[in-house]
Amino acid sequence: MRKGMPDDNGPEIEKYTLKAEKHDTKDLPEIEDKYNQAFLNVGYDPKGAERSGSFLQVDHSVLCSKVVQEGVEIMSTTDAIEKYSWLSDYWWHAVAPEKDVYTQQVDRKQTHGYFLRTLPGVKTTYPLQSCLFTEQEGLSQNVHNIVIAEEGSELHIITGCSVAEKVKSALHLGVSEFYVKKNAKITFTMIHNWAPEVEVRPRSGTIIEENGVFISNYVCLDQVKDLQMYPVTYCGKNARATSQSIIYASKDSKIDIGSKMVLQGENSRAQIISRTVAQDSADVTARGILTGSAANVKGHLECIGLMLSDTARIYSVPELEATVKDAELSHEAAVGRISEEEIAYLTARGLSEEEAAGAIVRGFLNVDIKGLPASLGEQVRQMIRMSAEALE
Amino acid sequence: MLEIRELNLEVDGRPVLKNLNLTIEEGESHVLLGPNGSGKTSLLLGILGFPKYQVTGGSIIFKGKDIIGLSTADRVKLGMGIAFQHPPVIRGIRLGEMVNLCRGDKSQQISKQTRILAKKLHFSDEFLERDVNAGFSGGEIKRSEIMQLMAQNPDFVMLDEPDSGVDIENMELIGNMIGELLHRKIQPSKRTASGLIITHLATITDYIEVDWAHVMLDGVIACSGSPDRIISEVMKGGYEKCVRECQMTMDRK
Repeated sequence: MRKGMPDDNGPEIEKYTLKAEKHDTKDLPEIEDKYNQAFLNVGYDPKGAERSGSFLQVDHSVLCSKVVQEGVEIMSTTDAIEKYSWLSDYWWHAVAPEKDVYTQQVDRKQTHGYFLRTLPGVKTTYPLQSCLFTEQEGLSQNVHNIVIAEEGSELHIITGCSVAEKVKSALHLGVSEFYVKKNAKITFTMIHNWAPEVEVRPRSGTIIEENGVFISNYVCLDQVKDLQMYPVTYCGKNARATSQSIIYASKDSKIDIGSKMVLQGENSRAQIISRTVAQDSADVTARGILTGSAANVKGHLECIGLMLSDTARIYSVPELEATVKDAELSHEAAVGRISEEEIAYLTARGLSEEEAAGAIVRGFLNVDIKGLPASLGEQVRQMIRMSAEALE
Repeated sequence: MLEIRELNLEVDGRPVLKNLNLTIEEGESHVLLGPNGSGKTSLLLGILGFPKYQVTGGSIIFKGKDIIGLSTADRVKLGMGIAFQHPPVIRGIRLGEMVNLCRGDKSQQISKQTRILAKKLHFSDEFLERDVNAGFSGGEIKRSEIMQLMAQNPDFVMLDEPDSGVDIENMELIGNMIGELLHRKIQPSKRTASGLIITHLATITDYIEVDWAHVMLDGVIACSGSPDRIISEVMKGGYEKCVRECQMTMDRK
């Protein structure tokens, strides 16, 4: 294992069951009603207002796959692989099935996942939404997701993963493969909302073709037992990729996340931004790696951590690797506490020290998310604010 | 309004103010001159109660109340406010939200009142969306600080060099706004706001009239008097000469 790659002493798959109770689509209204708030918290609106389509999976049952806009396809990957023989060209193409025990498990024991696609030239007016939800205690959800933006199309996605409030422990394994075709664009905003005993292993890969754009935002502000992911993005000629993650780790959460961008097409650009807050005895590893292997590539990595306790830990690992002479890669990493000067400034405007610290943490997490359609950007900002508000 | 008696103040265990006395009555505006490092800013931050500024002796009475021991937020609630010379950048908090906060409004929706005030300070709506102090020019920082003060509308206003590094056009606007904050535009008997202004070159006094001027040297107020006399002496012969002459006059008395 190379330096900087996570050592995974992760969850034991055997601890979790694959026997899921089946949910019936006729129960959908009841489920939507019951978990309305939990769904909304991760950006899934059961009403589907301002959405171009919806996908909902609860445990191992796909309960909703609804298309609103023409030229958009939404279905479970199990249905998609039946429908499209060509899908085998995309299946395990951006992520290797033998990568680790978790990808192997998803390969052997897949429990659906979503297939989202925009046809050539189609631009989604509103984002598609998806939610992968676990309701059953001790369940392992092993999803395999495929997202394809065909040539010249634009696909905006907001996706949430969460568990029912009553669920204490669960395992979420998620393989996601993204294909951004020539001149296409995908924006992917993922919100996680876990519970203290939930273990999570997403495994993602993205392939961006010529002139493609991929923007990925990840938000996780709630406690989780153990979460580790390391999505890899391969940038083709003139491709643009941005990855932003906003993490608030509390209690004894263990989070190890990072992003790898491979600038293998000439003139491609990549940016990795991560903001991490560690509280209580949380343990966070924030990684980032930029690899430049083609002419005129540029990449920047920004990894900033805020420590709120003496028992937490932030381990920041920025890495740059160039194998051609005109690759331009840079990074900026910092870990620190809340500045006393900033607190003092806000107290001089009438806030108490606690209020000032809260406002500064909220501000720290309030990263300007670029590249999203205006209304979605505003929704995501609101969601971050609301979650951060609840932290105090 | 404010009565400081025999104040001793330390920063990181280092004495910065020594037995300092200063009284500011309701409706009065004072300017404080003095060389760099004489303790002017420390005095303001001590009055404001920043934790780093430890009072080791004396008293600060504000509106009849001993405020030593009160937190900065509590002192602000009693009615004091400050415009900083070098405020920090606060990432993720927009200027508009900050102005809301100054008015005690915690909503993130930038209010109509805030927008009206911004216009008065020649800030656009877009400018209110910027993170507080991030990439602001010198003049923008001064105007932003004064805008925040105006939203707070304190009875006792402290200004730390509102006139340094400001071009003429901005200076006129800033002078006007400070005049408003300090009730300089209404007749003296009706003024209720008081002010303490640190100024290096007394430029601000070209824009507003003040009641008293003081010169600070080595942590004490070494000389006080009418602004005309003090400022002209400082401009002529420097701070120390002004203080020497001042003390000679006092000796003769």
